[in-house]
Formats: sequence, C-alpha cells, structure tokens
Amino acid sequence: MPQRTDIQKIMVIGSGPIVIGQAAEFDYSGTQACLALKELGYQVVLVNSNPATIMTDKEIADRVYIEPLTLQFVAQILRKELPQAILPTLGGQQGLNMAMELAHSGILSELNIELLGTKLSAIDQAEDREKFRTLMQQLKEPVPDSAVATTVEEALNFADQTGFPVIVRPAFTMGGTGGGIAHNDAELQAIAANGLSLSPVQQILVEQSIAGFKEIEFEVMRDHADNALVVCNMENFDPVGIHTGDSIVYAPIQTLTDREVQMLRDAALKIIRALQIEGGCNVQLALDPNSYQYYVIEVNPRVSRSSALASKATGYPIAKVAAKIAVGLTLDEIANPVTQTTSAEFEPALDYVVCKIPRWPFDKFTQADRTLGTQMKATGEVMAIGRNLEEATLKAIRSLEIDSQDLTDAHLSSLTAAELEHGLIHPQDDRLFYLGEALKRGYSLQRLNQLTQINLFFLDKLLHIVEIEQQLQAHPQDLAVLTQAKKYGFSDASVARCWQTSSEKIREVRQQHQLQPVYKMVDTCAGEFAAATPYFYSTYEQENESQPSSQPTIVVLGSGPIRIGQGVEFDYATVHCVQAIQQAGYQAIIINNNPETVSTDFSISDKLYFEPLTVEEVLNVIDLEHPLGVIVQFGGQTAINLAAPLAQHGVKILGTAVADVNRAEDRDEFDQVIKATQIPQPQGHTANDPAGALKIAEQIGYPVLVRPSYVLGGRAMEIVHRAADLEYYMANAVQVSHEHPVLIDQYLVGQECEVDAICDGQTVLIPGILEHIERAGVHSGDSMAVYPSQTLSAKVQAQIVRYTEKLAQALHCKGLMNIQFVIQKEQAYVIEVNPRASRTVPFLSKVTNIPMARVATRVILGDSLQDQGYSSGLVQAGSLVHVKAPVFSFTKLNQVDSLLGPEMKSTGEVMGTDQTLAKALYKAFEATKIHVPQHGTVLFTVRDEDKREAVQLARRFHELGYQLVATQGTARTFKQAGLRVQPVAKITEDTGLLDQIKQHQIQVVINTISTQKASAVDGALIRQTAIAHAVPLFTALDTVTAILQVLESRSFVTQAL
Amino acid sequence: MQRYLVLEDGTIYPGDAFGAQCSAVGELVFNTGMSGYQESITDQSYNGEILMFTYPLIGNYGINRDDDESIQPTCAGVVVHELARCPSNWRQDRTLDQYLTDHNIPGIQGIDTRAVTRHIRQKGALKAALVDQITTDTVAQLQQQTPDRHPVWSSSTKNPYPGPDTGHKVVVIDFGLKYSILRELSQRHCNFTVLPATATAQQVLALNPDGVLLSNGPGDPKDVPAALAMIQTIQTKIPLFGICLGHQLFALANGADTFKLKFGHRGFNHPVRDLLSGRIYFTAQNHGYAVDRESLKQTNLTVTQEEIHDHTVEGLQHQQFPAFSVQYHPDAAPGPHDTQFLFDHFMQLMAKQAERKTN
Repeated sequence: MPQRTDIQKIMVIGSGPIVIGQAAEFDYSGTQACLALKELGYQVVLVNSNPATIMTDKEIADRVYIEPLTLQFVAQILRKELPQAILPTLGGQQGLNMAMELAHSGILSELNIELLGTKLSAIDQAEDREKFRTLMQQLKEPVPDSAVATTVEEALNFADQTGFPVIVRPAFTMGGTGGGIAHNDAELQAIAANGLSLSPVQQILVEQSIAGFKEIEFEVMRDHADNALVVCNMENFDPVGIHTGDSIVYAPIQTLTDREVQMLRDAALKIIRALQIEGGCNVQLALDPNSYQYYVIEVNPRVSRSSALASKATGYPIAKVAAKIAVGLTLDEIANPVTQTTSAEFEPALDYVVCKIPRWPFDKFTQADRTLGTQMKATGEVMAIGRNLEEATLKAIRSLEIDSQDLTDAHLSSLTAAELEHGLIHPQDDRLFYLGEALKRGYSLQRLNQLTQINLFFLDKLLHIVEIEQQLQAHPQDLAVLTQAKKYGFSDASVARCWQTSSEKIREVRQQHQLQPVYKMVDTCAGEFAAATPYFYSTYEQENESQPSSQPTIVVLGSGPIRIGQGVEFDYATVHCVQAIQQAGYQAIIINNNPETVSTDFSISDKLYFEPLTVEEVLNVIDLEHPLGVIVQFGGQTAINLAAPLAQHGVKILGTAVADVNRAEDRDEFDQVIKATQIPQPQGHTANDPAGALKIAEQIGYPVLVRPSYVLGGRAMEIVHRAADLEYYMANAVQVSHEHPVLIDQYLVGQECEVDAICDGQTVLIPGILEHIERAGVHSGDSMAVYPSQTLSAKVQAQIVRYTEKLAQALHCKGLMNIQFVIQKEQAYVIEVNPRASRTVPFLSKVTNIPMARVATRVILGDSLQDQGYSSGLVQAGSLVHVKAPVFSFTKLNQVDSLLGPEMKSTGEVMGTDQTLAKALYKAFEATKIHVPQHGTVLFTVRDEDKREAVQLARRFHELGYQLVATQGTARTFKQAGLRVQPVAKITEDTGLLDQIKQHQIQVVINTISTQKASAVDGALIRQTAIAHAVPLFTALDTVTAILQVLESRSFVTQAL
Repeated sequence: MQRYLVLEDGTIYPGDAFGAQCSAVGELVFNTGMSGYQESITDQSYNGEILMFTYPLIGNYGINRDDDESIQPTCAGVVVHELARCPSNWRQDRTLDQYLTDHNIPGIQGIDTRAVTRHIRQKGALKAALVDQITTDTVAQLQQQTPDRHPVWSSSTKNPYPGPDTGHKVVVIDFGLKYSILRELSQRHCNFTVLPATATAQQVLALNPDGVLLSNGPGDPKDVPAALAMIQTIQTKIPLFGICLGHQLFALANGADTFKLKFGHRGFNHPVRDLLSGRIYFTAQNHGYAVDRESLKQTNLTVTQEEIHDHTVEGLQHQQFPAFSVQYHPDAAPGPHDTQFLFDHFMQLMAKQAERKTN
C-alpha cells in the first residue's frame, strides 16, 4: 500500500533525558524517524525535553518543542498544533508511556488524533504481564511460570509446584534489592521472608528460574501487510540472569544450530504477528543449553536499545523503516538505503562478528553495588566489529576506555582462589577480567562453565586470547606471533606490554613488515551484491575495500560510549562538526565506537570507521586516508586526550594547537597563563605525595578541593574540610605519584557560572553565560543552570567577558573552549578551562540560536568569525529564560549516594523555557519528573553549616502552608527560630520516618547530611528511601530556593491582619 | 598444514588445511547463511562444488546426528575463514574437521572469504581447486579439468526405498534430495517411496501414487534430459510438486528454457513474492541455474512467485494440471520456515485428486 495521504502532520514523541536504560539510542531512532517522515513529505512536530540531542535541532523537524514530556505540556502542544497522528514507538519507554497517558486522558479522541504504528492494545498486551502471559498461552509459546506471593507459604507452594530453583523479586524495591535465587526450601524461606519485609507492599514475585539458559534476541520488523522479517539475531555471552543491557552480546548467534535458530525465529515471528506489531520490535528468548526447551522472556513493542545495536551491527536502519511502515508503506515499498537498488524487505547477512560491551558507571560510583542482575546499570555501550570473535571482543574492550587493552587486569592477580571464584559466580561489570585471570591460573573451560554457565565456545575464545598473550610473552620480537596476535585483535599496546617495549616500537615493526589492517565494508549482504555503504571496520586480512577519497578529507573523532561526564552532548557536537565540514566542501570521516548514537549512522558522514578510539586505530585510518587533519575538540575528553599522541606522530590537529591544549590542561603550565594574563583564580598547587598535599592545604587553608590531574567529570574529586580527611583521601581515593599528581585548590564558596566561547585567534565570541543555580561545590554537570544570567551584576559579567577574551587569546584558542568561574564578593575567579567543546554546547546553541559547533568548525577550517558575521563579546540575550536541569539514575544504582558534590552523578539533562525564571524552573522540574505539590509536609535534615540558611527556607515553606518535619538537630534550630516543627527520632532508634516517606506522608525531602558525618547512615537511608519511593529529594539548598520560587509564583500570599 | 585455494583465473589464496588430506576440484560457490553449515555440506545440490561460507566462523556447534541432509556428502571441498577449535552444542557428536575427514572432503581455513566472494561476484562462477602444493602448472591443470556433467547420478539413490506411513502415497524422484523434504512428508504422514533419478513414468505409475515430488539436486537441469519425458506423462495424471532442480526440470519438460546465473543464489535470506497474494517470504536457496522468464511465454506455465530484487522466476504453476514448482527450498534446513505451507498445499492437491478418483 502506498503511504497515507489522509494525514499531513505527525507528532513524534522523544524519549526525554538520558537515564540508565534509556540513552542515546533514542536520539538516533527519533532523528531517523523524523527525517524519514519529512522525506515522505509529512509535516513533523517533535516534542522532547532533552536539549542535548540532535533530534531537537530545528532542521530535524518542522516544529521542535523542547518541553516537558508531561500530559499538561504535550496536551497543550497537541491543541496548538493539531496533528492528525502521533508516532509514539520511537521514543523509548518514555515516548510510549506518554502516548498511553495521552490516550487514556481522552485528548486523542477529543482532537481526533490517531496513534501510528503498533496499536495501543498491542502495546498493552506486550507490556502487561498477565495479558502477555495469556497471549503466550494462546500461541502455545512457553513463558516461565511465576506467581505473586504475599506470604512465605505462598512462595513455598509455588516452588513445590514448579520445582527449584526459583527467583524471588520483591515488588517496588530499588535496584532489585532483596531479590535472589533460591535452590531449596531453606533458601527460599530466608529470601522470601527478607523480600517480603523489604517490599513496601509486602509482595514478592516468585518465578521459575531459567538462569543459566542461553539468552537470545531477535530484532524483527513487520508491516501492516503482515510481511515480517528478522533484521538481526544476537546471542548474549552472559546467560540469562544478567539484564541484556548489562550483558556482553554477540551478533549474529554463535552457538546455535540452524534448527535451533529457526525454531526461535519461528517463535519471534509468530509473536509479532499475533501482536500485530507495525514497525520494529525486540523479542528476547531463553534457550536451555541442553535441550530444545525455550521460553519467551520479553517483547518490546517498539524500537529499543537493541534495535539501535542491530541497526549498527547490520547496516539496516530499523527506525527509519519503522517510521515509514507507520505511515502505511510496506517493507517491499521501502528502499534499502544500503544497496539503493533493493528494498527493505530483506534479512541482512553478516560476514563479520559484532561484539557489544556495556559501559558501566562504576569508575565514577566507586561505592555502588557492582553486582549485575536483572536491573540494568550500564549508562552506555560500545560496539566493535571483527572478522573473528577474539578481534571483536578485544576491540570492544579497548573502546570502553577503562584502561584495559585485553583480558589482563593486574589488580586481580592478588585475589585468592575463593575471591576469584566468588567474582565468577556473582558477576560484576569486570567478570570478563576475572575470567581472564582464571584462565591464566589454569582453570579448565569445564570448570569455568560450571561456575558461570557461559558457553564453552565463548570461554575457549577467551582462552585463545590468553594463549596468544602467553605466546607473545614467550616469543619477544617474533613476527609470526605478532601477526597472529594482530589477526586476533591485539592492540600494539597489549603486544608492547608482553614484549616490554612501547606501542610506538610495535607500530614501527608493523610498518617495516607491512603488517597493516585492511578495512572491510558493512554491506548487509555478506558481499553478495555491490553496495555503496561508506561504513567500514578494520581487520588484519588480505583485501582492503576502503578507497581513500580523491577529495580533501577531514577526520572527526567521536566521543565513544556514553558515560557519566561524557554524554550525548558530545555526539551532538560531533555531528554538527561533520555537517559544517561537508558544507565547507570537504569530505568528513568519523571514527567512533558507540552504536547508540547519531554520529555512527553511516549516512551522517562521508565515511564511518567503526573503531576503538585509540592512537593506534586512529593512526591506521589516517595512514590510509591521508586527511588534511583531525578535529579533536568535539569528542569530549576521549578525543582531546588523543590530540598530543597523534600530533607526536605528525598528524595535523586542526583547531587549538596541541601545545595550547596542554597549556590549558596541565596545571603548572596553566598557572603560567594565569599569571601572565593576571586573572584571579583560587590558590592551589600540585602535590606529588600525601605529605606535600597536607602542606599545600595548610598553606591555603581549609576547605580545599582535591582532585587528580587530567580529570573528567570530577572523578575522585572531593571537598575536604580538615587534615584528617585529606590524609584519608590521599591514602584511599587516589594513587598519587609524580606522573599522576593531585591538585589541591582553595575551595571558594560562591556562585558558579560557565561560558562557552568561540575564538578564531582574533575575535572571541561568547554566545552566553550560563549561571548555575547551585553554588560551587556541586559539579557543573549536576547543577541546574539558567540562561541568561539572572543575578550576576554587570560588573561581574564584564569581568567574565574580559577574562574569557584574555584566556582565549592567551591560549591561542581556535574553535571552542569552556571556562568555569566562581564568583565571590563581586569578583570572578577562573576555576577550570576546557580547551574543547563542553557539555553545554547543545543547550547554549539552542537557546542562543548560534550553532556553536558549526561556527567553531568553520573557524577551525579557516573562516574567521567576522566572515561568519560574528563579533567579539557577549551576545545579547533574548527575552526568554531557559533552565537546564540535571537528571539522575539513582533508582537503578544501589548504594550510590545521591548527595550532590564535586563528583558528577547525573546521566542526562532537560530544558525548561518560559518568559519568567519561575515558569522556566517549573518546566525544568516537571521535565525531570520532580513534581512538588502546592502544600504538604517537608522534611529537613541538614548539616550544621546549612542550618541557618535552612531556617529561611523552612519559613517560606511554612508560608505556603507546608508542615515542617525535621530531625533532632535541625528541629532544634527551627524551634529556636520560632518555627512550628515536628521533630523525628533518629532512624537507628525508630524507622517511623522512613515509613512516612514510603507512604508518601512526606512530599519533599531536603537532606544535606554528608557521608563523613556521624549521622551519615541516617542521611543516606533517608535519601535512598526518598529516591526509591519517588519523593522529591533536594540535596542542595540552592535547588530548594529554586523550587520555592516556583511554588511561590504559583500561590497567593495569605496574610492575617 | 598449508593448503591453497586456486581459482581458474590464476588467483591463489593460501590457507590452512583441515578435513581430509586430499585435493579437490570443482566450481567455487558461496553461501551466505550464518548458520546451517552441516545441512549445506550434506546438501547434494553442492555435489562436485567447492562450498565457501561467507560467515567467518564455521564449525561453532560441531556436527550432530540429526541435521544431515544426506548420508554421504558430495561437495568437493569446504572453504571457511575460521574453523572453530572448540565447538559447543548439546547435540554435537563430532567436530566439522572430523566429519570432513571421515567423508574424505578437504577443507581450507584462514581465507579472506569476503575477498573471494567479491571476486566471484565480479567475475562470475569460477572453477577452483584445493591443493596442498603449488607448482608452475597448477593453474593450467585446473583450467583443463572438465566438471562432472552428471552429478545427479552420483547424488541420486541407486535403488528405490520406502518411507511407510498411513497417509498419502507420494513418489519422490531423487535427483539428489535433501532429507528435509522427506521430513516434511513424514510430518504429514505421507507413505512415500523414493525412486532414483532414472525412474520412468511407467515405474512411477506402477506405484499408483497420490502425488509425485521432484526433488532438488545438483548441476545443470539440461544434463538430466531423461526426466523430461517422465514429467510430461506424470503431470497429466498425478499432482506434481517440483523443488529446485525439480522446478527447473518441470519448466524444461513444459518447453521452457533455463540458463546459468552469474554466481547463483545460495543462502537463506532471499525474499520471494507470491504474485497472487502479494505476500513476501524469506526462502532458502541453492541454485546456479534459473528458469528463463521469456521462454515461459510459449508454455502452459504461469509464474506464481518471483525474487523481489532480481525477479528470478521462483514459482510456476501449470495452467491445466495440478502441478506446481518452486525454485527455492520450502523444506528449509537450513533457513527460514516461511514456506513450509507449500507441503500442505501439495497435500490438498493430493486430497482433491483422491476425491476425484473416488467420485
């Protein structure tokens, strides 16, 4: 059937802020969908609250609304825009939930708006546990047995019927707390009792355990004519038991016979046909490793993280095709963009192996529970492609940027056998390295299979890697062994470690012997047909397929996996950079390894190399392509870190020179710059050992801010108030050395703000000053921020502009830079300079209407700012107020303290825009799903330093009609100030307070008790409980001021005479 | 041990030997399936061909007793990028290496199979050899070799054999049949008898079948001229179902022509449209020849299905008789089960025929 002509205007709902489980993949799918619909001639209205995305660029849709994804706001947009239809299945779970909510509210029928794609009833059938189970029973597709139990006896009865083992999942606990696998009556009794007590509703789900089964996924498509196909099948390295988002995954399936593959394919297609999916869908299945018995685990009736992965793994653009199906086209009517001659009605054939490894945030959240289970914890993922499984795996490992090159983790060599086995049985994010260690210790594959249930085929691949490493060690300088190692994906760095030499030496040896990678095309058809996909991966084989372009090219380095501190913002900047390069008449080449993002869509650049972002791999591409240069300033710290080593190899770095980058990043060199420019900065020095640190701290006075050099997102950064704490930090938090010094800075309490500036060597354009709501001490990435500045005086703003201009010129900045300031007593101090695009670039680009990454790219390519129509100084702001608010994923991460501090903790951001600050703040809070009611009860527990200020805030709550509850110390202060407050007992004495939070008798929690205090346990428990039960929690008083502003603006003053 | 893949155009790819210690000559063909190497290797349609897999990891799940498509594989050799050294699957009873050794088939691994595939795609089908030593006249020798013109005779059974059951009586003409065809008949309780490729119409009719199935098989359909007369007689009397080579023979028997494809269809992701219903199915294919669409004009055959990309004739229906055929493998194995319903269609034709008889 041709595309529908009865609709002209379609709303696409985005996925909102990035949180764990819903990341950049929906920027990719949403962008694809919008472009596909536009291509077909529809008017597209996009709504998404996340400003950091490509999809919220003006070019992507006809009308872009960056507004909260709540009923109130989306309904308002619907009434205004009156689209005939909504496409809800490309914005993740958030988009789907929003559509459901709209449908249930009645507005869709009122305005006669149709939902495109899969019908709501089908979505409900896929997502509602009971309806899904019933459907599976009708289809005779097996699902694991399960039952809800409210007593231990009920749980035991269930196990009697289905047999052990069983999985216990307490209802509504954070991060799966209190769940577990029981193998017998005694274990079940204990786990069930514990789970029941932890569940706020005294309810547990008892489920037949299929842990240890092979976990298989099918990415399927179906159109309304009932054509259905499998885009990609995948096999998890980790058997059932670990969330697939936290599993290492290979595509295609590796260890199943065709009979098994087809059996599961039949099941997957049968299910999507029964659900009448129209678009993309993900079906997860579990297969017994010892029989044909399988179970359907889950169906996602929408595009998902897995479909982004499948798109990149195969080259098949699932979201684009799904959008076209939604408007009536059938698969055979949709062109295949890879071959351009065939249709989307085909099943890709792979002639390579794809490996996906999740990227976890535990380098940032060192206190977090790292155990992997049914709750996903990864923030992002990497993908690698190879011609063998070892190669794909090793490339993926080094793409993670976790300081690992291979399976060796030196820290594990000291583990006892018991510790090692514990790590194998109870998997954490680092199990791969535990396996490496065990193989080195001679554990047999059979033994490891017993401990982990990981298939022998996969374990043998790891063994092979370990064996090659041992061969390397045994045969230094042996070219044959080197060749073998390269073929199986070893990096020069890994070889260098085995041969006790440098990566450079290995590279020289390779060049001498022409041991260079070739590049193969991802063409969806295993070479059967001619294809023109500009999408390549490296391998060590015979034929190279990537022909260097005859036109001048520029290489852009991407930002790798999404992690805390380096999110989708950098992908945004990367894509803009590429587009500007193309507009300037050059060819743009991207190197990146993140399958979730827009930048790794092969249609974005002239050529995509899906490769680890290492010096070796980037140099290899450069050796082949001979680009004019490499742009590193848009790919976050990942790319900027490669600048110096690339330059050492003679690569031309475009933009700010490497020496100048170093002058901004190296503490001592930066001090020289600061001295020369006479710009105030907090006092500080570099310590090379603990004693030195203490001496510096004493000199400048406490509190001090301590951090390791070359930081990213405030890793291991802390504010330290006394000598004892500093000693502890130096001993435990960092490894200090001459190579890795620690910076000790005076900690200035004051207002924080930041600027992103573009400089061409002469002109310094400052699109805007972003003022932070939270004062210094909260990481800039976790602060709410407002544009334009609301409180900074003209004098301070002038200082900021002057210092920015001075610094940009002193650092010979060419392109973008970001400077953070703290303001104390009407004086701005520079606290950090990032000689690259920062995470605020997309936000500022959107609110100032200056496409900063594009402007910067043109500067880098030689167009002056003046040529582009810009002049020096701060750009005049418009009349609207824009608030950027961070979004956290604490509900997914057990034991991570939610208290804000100098370490960044947020995973995403939203934007609220309106005519006044209060309205903009309201929208920002709504968009982050923090809904504070107009009245209720507020709980205060604040540290001593905050008590005085808290009194003021409490009074304002009281004026609004809020009841005050406070812990002992805080309550005392409040009482002294004449406030009516209900004191509560310490939690260690009485857990009543936690129950009050659980039962939503408290509507707002304000808690600033840090972990170093005696009351730390109470503070942490209160925060955890609030998060688990979705009670708005504030850990910085400035944020409270902001929310009060909102509440006050929405209420009237009641004043007694 | 070193081994070489030599192409008739003089290209030589060095690799490592596995399987049998012998050399081989045959047409080099590639298969794009990502699973199912056991079924493909035992598929008689590869008789005399050197079979190369485009998926780089082969042998991952070993060889089991259940998935053979024939007892004695007849492909000339196997080319893979990498042979699994530790296959793992609950049904595995041998490794692929062992299996090929047992059946005297040489294999080669360590080949840039993608490069070879692209080479074939550009040059068309090529003769090739697997040899352990290269001499100055290796290529010349290869060029002089002529392929076996009658692979069907070595693939087909020499003697008839029965598959007793209680359902429809089906005669299967074995041109090199895949067991999955028999599995499909068994599942439908057919009481079948397999006859050699040399079977005459008289021999078939003597068994008084409800239906006749022309199996798949290797090589050029024009090398099996004796079958045409048999088909011409049978189709007028008994429901007929042709698969792959059987489809091509059905076309030839009705006056159509066949031709050699540049490099064939081998894999199981080929989308085929049913021209009547508009539905599209993914099909398992293995053929180097195809029916010439133009030549069908002067016949009583109607095209019922076609490949959606290159429009190869994928299905035929006789305009007067209950006789139909498909170019692909509705029996799958390896590959998707999308078109297994064609066997049900065959059952219906036989049921109708039986009705007609009793009336």
